[in-house]
Amino acid sequence: MVLQLPQVLFFVLAATAVLAALGVIFNRNAVYSALSLLLNFFSLAVLYLMLNAQFIAVVHIVVYAGAIVVLFLFVVMLLGAGGEMRPRNWLNWNTAFFVGIAVVLLTLLGTVVYEGFIGGATGVATPQRVAELGQTEALGLALFTTYLLPFELASILLLVGMIGAVVLGQRWRATLRRSDKGDQ
Amino acid sequence: MAAVPTSWFLLLGAILFVIGAAGVLVRRNALIVLMCIEMMMNAVNLTFIAFARHLDSLTGQIFVLMVMAVAAVEVAIGLAILIELNRLRETTDLDDASSLKG
Repeated sequence: MVLQLPQVLFFVLAATAVLAALGVIFNRNAVYSALSLLLNFFSLAVLYLMLNAQFIAVVHIVVYAGAIVVLFLFVVMLLGAGGEMRPRNWLNWNTAFFVGIAVVLLTLLGTVVYEGFIGGATGVATPQRVAELGQTEALGLALFTTYLLPFELASILLLVGMIGAVVLGQRWRATLRRSDKGDQ
Repeated sequence: MAAVPTSWFLLLGAILFVIGAAGVLVRRNALIVLMCIEMMMNAVNLTFIAFARHLDSLTGQIFVLMVMAVAAVEVAIGLAILIELNRLRETTDLDDASSLKG
């Protein structure tokens, strides 16, 4: 079987994503982990492009690479990037058990979903229709009509998260706690 | 025109999810655990988008946008809690922050 160009591209990107994901959990230094995470996000963004989701790909880069990884790096720099103090035994029975359970579960889930739900194409957003409307416009149309309520709820969620982060980060709370403990 | 079958994307999503789950279970640095949670969310996003293409539906892509909003909030709150924890305990090791275990 001769591989077509998209398939070769898929394998390259998948290998990059998996290796970067392994890099996140195997690096002792948290800065390298964050940078591996960035690589993982970029390869996933290109995979989204391959799946005909251009708007999601761009938003993915803006939100994850632009905001979340930068936030991670800030906190890593703030708290120190040292490795973990205790060397941990990676391959104990607990870990193997959990990973095995996860693999089995996901295989089952994937098989059930794949066998059960995929018949013919059922939606209205066929590639032709999306192409004549434009990907972003089609997505915006769906977002502001059918999915207006989740959209508004997401904004409330973001507001709550913002307030929560500000409240948690206030310095007077930390000094209050410290005086409660009575050690300073 | 589906040169790359949907099942390949699903398999990749499963692999990435399992790697993230393994990271959450074996790493004890809270920062790395948060990163692994992000990776798991991304694996789910990939699955959503693969199904969105397969079923010719935009619902999966809308859901990915919602997941992104939740992920952003989760990281903001999680890192704020982590900084607060670092102020109190001077550690980011999850095993040192187990006093809620009772």
